[in-house]
Amino acid sequence: MAAIEVKPEKGPDSRRERPTTVGGTALRLLGLIIFDAFALFFIYLLLSDGYWPLASIIGAITLVINYVFLSPDAYPMRWMSPGLAFMLLISVYPILYTIYISFTNFGAANLLPKVQAISVLEQRTFLPETGATLQYTVFQNDETGEYGLWLIHPDGHSFFATTTDELEAEAIGAGPLNADGVPTAIPGWTQLTRAQTVRNITAISQTTFGREETAVSLTGRLGQAAQLQPRFIHDAQADTITDKRDNIVYTANNETGFFTAPDGTKLSPGFQVVIGMQNYKRFLTDPSFREPLLRIFIWNVVFALLSVLLSFALGLMIAVVFGRTMPGQRIIKSLLVIPFAVPQVITLLVWRGILNPLEGVVPNTLQSIFNQPVGWPPFFADPIWVKVALIIINVWLAYPYFMLISSGALQAIPTDMYEAADIDGASAWQQFRGLTLPLLLVTVGPLLISSFIVNFNSFNVIYLFNSGGPPMVGTALPAGHSDILISYVYNLAFGRGLALYGYASAITIMIFFMMVIVTIFQHRRMAAWEERTM
Amino acid sequence: MTASTETTGRGAGSSLSAWRQSKKARFRIILAFKYLIAAIVLVYSLFPILWTISASFSPSGSISGQTLIPSPPTLRNYERILDQDFWLWMRNSFIISSISALLVGLITLMSAYAFSRFRWKGRSQLLLMILLIQVFPAILAMVALFAILQQIGNYIPFLGLNTHGGLILIYMGGALGVNVWLMKGFFDSIPREIDESGKVDGASDWQIFWQLLFPLVRPIMVVSMILTFFGTYSDYLMPRVMITTASKFTLMLGLQTFIGTNYSQEWGAFAAGAVMGAIPMVTVYLLLQDYIVGGLTAGSVKG
Repeated sequence: MAAIEVKPEKGPDSRRERPTTVGGTALRLLGLIIFDAFALFFIYLLLSDGYWPLASIIGAITLVINYVFLSPDAYPMRWMSPGLAFMLLISVYPILYTIYISFTNFGAANLLPKVQAISVLEQRTFLPETGATLQYTVFQNDETGEYGLWLIHPDGHSFFATTTDELEAEAIGAGPLNADGVPTAIPGWTQLTRAQTVRNITAISQTTFGREETAVSLTGRLGQAAQLQPRFIHDAQADTITDKRDNIVYTANNETGFFTAPDGTKLSPGFQVVIGMQNYKRFLTDPSFREPLLRIFIWNVVFALLSVLLSFALGLMIAVVFGRTMPGQRIIKSLLVIPFAVPQVITLLVWRGILNPLEGVVPNTLQSIFNQPVGWPPFFADPIWVKVALIIINVWLAYPYFMLISSGALQAIPTDMYEAADIDGASAWQQFRGLTLPLLLVTVGPLLISSFIVNFNSFNVIYLFNSGGPPMVGTALPAGHSDILISYVYNLAFGRGLALYGYASAITIMIFFMMVIVTIFQHRRMAAWEERTM
Repeated sequence: MTASTETTGRGAGSSLSAWRQSKKARFRIILAFKYLIAAIVLVYSLFPILWTISASFSPSGSISGQTLIPSPPTLRNYERILDQDFWLWMRNSFIISSISALLVGLITLMSAYAFSRFRWKGRSQLLLMILLIQVFPAILAMVALFAILQQIGNYIPFLGLNTHGGLILIYMGGALGVNVWLMKGFFDSIPREIDESGKVDGASDWQIFWQLLFPLVRPIMVVSMILTFFGTYSDYLMPRVMITTASKFTLMLGLQTFIGTNYSQEWGAFAAGAVMGAIPMVTVYLLLQDYIVGGLTAGSVKG
């Protein structure tokens, strides 16, 4: 017993000697080398396509992984290396990347990094005045599988074009021409049927045929090829693009993200550039952006506050009223918690059906009670009624949580405190105000604030019930009366074909800031609450 | 008890029995009042659910003309939703959620083991960082996540937009999350003597982790994986943003697209799908109720 080496402390130091085998070390290094090779290749690809932010984070992750697996000090972190990598890539990086996007013009018109936008433009072709449109028939080489075209020029001359050369019929030993002017046989080549051609049309279209100066590629129309030329030529030195069709020179404007002609015409697609504070300026200074955003923000705060307070009040009331002594309270509480266990998406879609003003059961019942026409109350069309419905639904979703929390917290309050209060002659309400509530807030208070954060961003409720509608009138961008910030952001980015990623990210950053402020407040309050009850 | 006798003493001494009776009556009235409140709240909470179950058996199948007791009950709505892609969506959801839960479970477990058993420079900072990052809901990063998947998909197609792989990749972002704290707590509660005994026998860290400790934390791990599973299963926003092809829809996305604006015609079929989609989650919830409630209170107060 005594001979056993005793470790000096309970938490072992990472530096303590570890049985390492040569094989184990070799395997670890081999794994690391393979990982690094893939990572470096990936980074190279990303950089050459202009995705430098993603390349940077992949580079950072690679460095972390290498440090963790090479340094003996970081041995414990090897256990969490996959989690660490995912956290950096999917949790940390998106926050930084959102900040970056909010300073760019990233959006439908400026989707790609500059290098890619240029290469998209460079792939565009046009038919010069001297160029001709020809009829083609596709042949495939029996050995290499490459394609060749039998082309018939409008002037009647016909020839065979491989990917590198133009050959006359005699040169390839073509057989006699059929009625369509196509050789019945070319040695070493097989003619594709129409169906085969259609099936391989993408591959064939990407190839150019014949000699460089008179190169032919397929046009959009089936059976037609033309001597197309690249339309846009990029001059890397001057950073201009020349339109070969009319020789107009478009100069890169790195402030707007477009190649622009002297007369102001922009080439589409544009490219991503940093535009500074413009996204922020837009909603801070331009009333047509600011007004709807302000209204959405106010409703967002009201919605979150009302939801939290009402569901807390209801949950607490049930917990207090039912107590622990009422017969059947356990089973009642279990039943009340069921809505909490159903996927939110499902219950929200159900609510949308139940509250449907035309056919839903709740409006139909209300209509007969209050003698109102069909369509009343307008839960979808009227801004006020939508909001009433949303609060009812959100309280329905959230209060079982507070009921559970409050029940638990109430049990933790020592009963002798109530006995003491009884002796002092405190009424039930006084006991609740002076004893129950303050003690409850110590434990539930922080949860109220985190619940505020959750409700502030409850996208599902808003989006699934009424998609933020009814729409506001006269706003620069589509906005709805019941939209909250996050559903507004969703619509700007993904809904209604807007794809305003940069602007949407700027609003997201504003939400970020509010979350940070609320969280700091939460920690302050928590400290204060704890002090008061100490 | 003492308090009540004292009050009684202060009251009219002659009508003590009458007061006792009235107290009993008052108690009854209060109790009746309590049950009234219970009834109202139960209706509020359960009506939408009962109405859905009823709709799923309703013969009319449309939203109007439904009665609370379907007469006669029919399975036609269930046949109708099963004719749709219901099983396909269910399968997609189960594949995505299972793989996510398994990977998240493993990552969490290994990280929690390291946090519990080793000390190194930067340990506490890392623990704090894990907690702080959770302040930013993933939902806020949707634009960035969308762009990341789009870029990655250019080179690794099975992790791109509109793939299950990409969706799982996103769910990995939260793997090193609050669960690590909970799991670390469970590792902390396992006596270190177990590790020491393994070390004496010459076991490596991996063997101690896998053969000695893992069997002890397995029940907790299973529960935490089930919770991750259903967190993913019921997610809506990420599939909505990332998945566009109908054949790749998750169940939630599928049901939402199915009902869309067809409430009048497809209400019954939707209700049938909703009931079937909710059953696995409600069942598990009722089985694990105590654990979940405990986790809700304990886990959140800890921060």
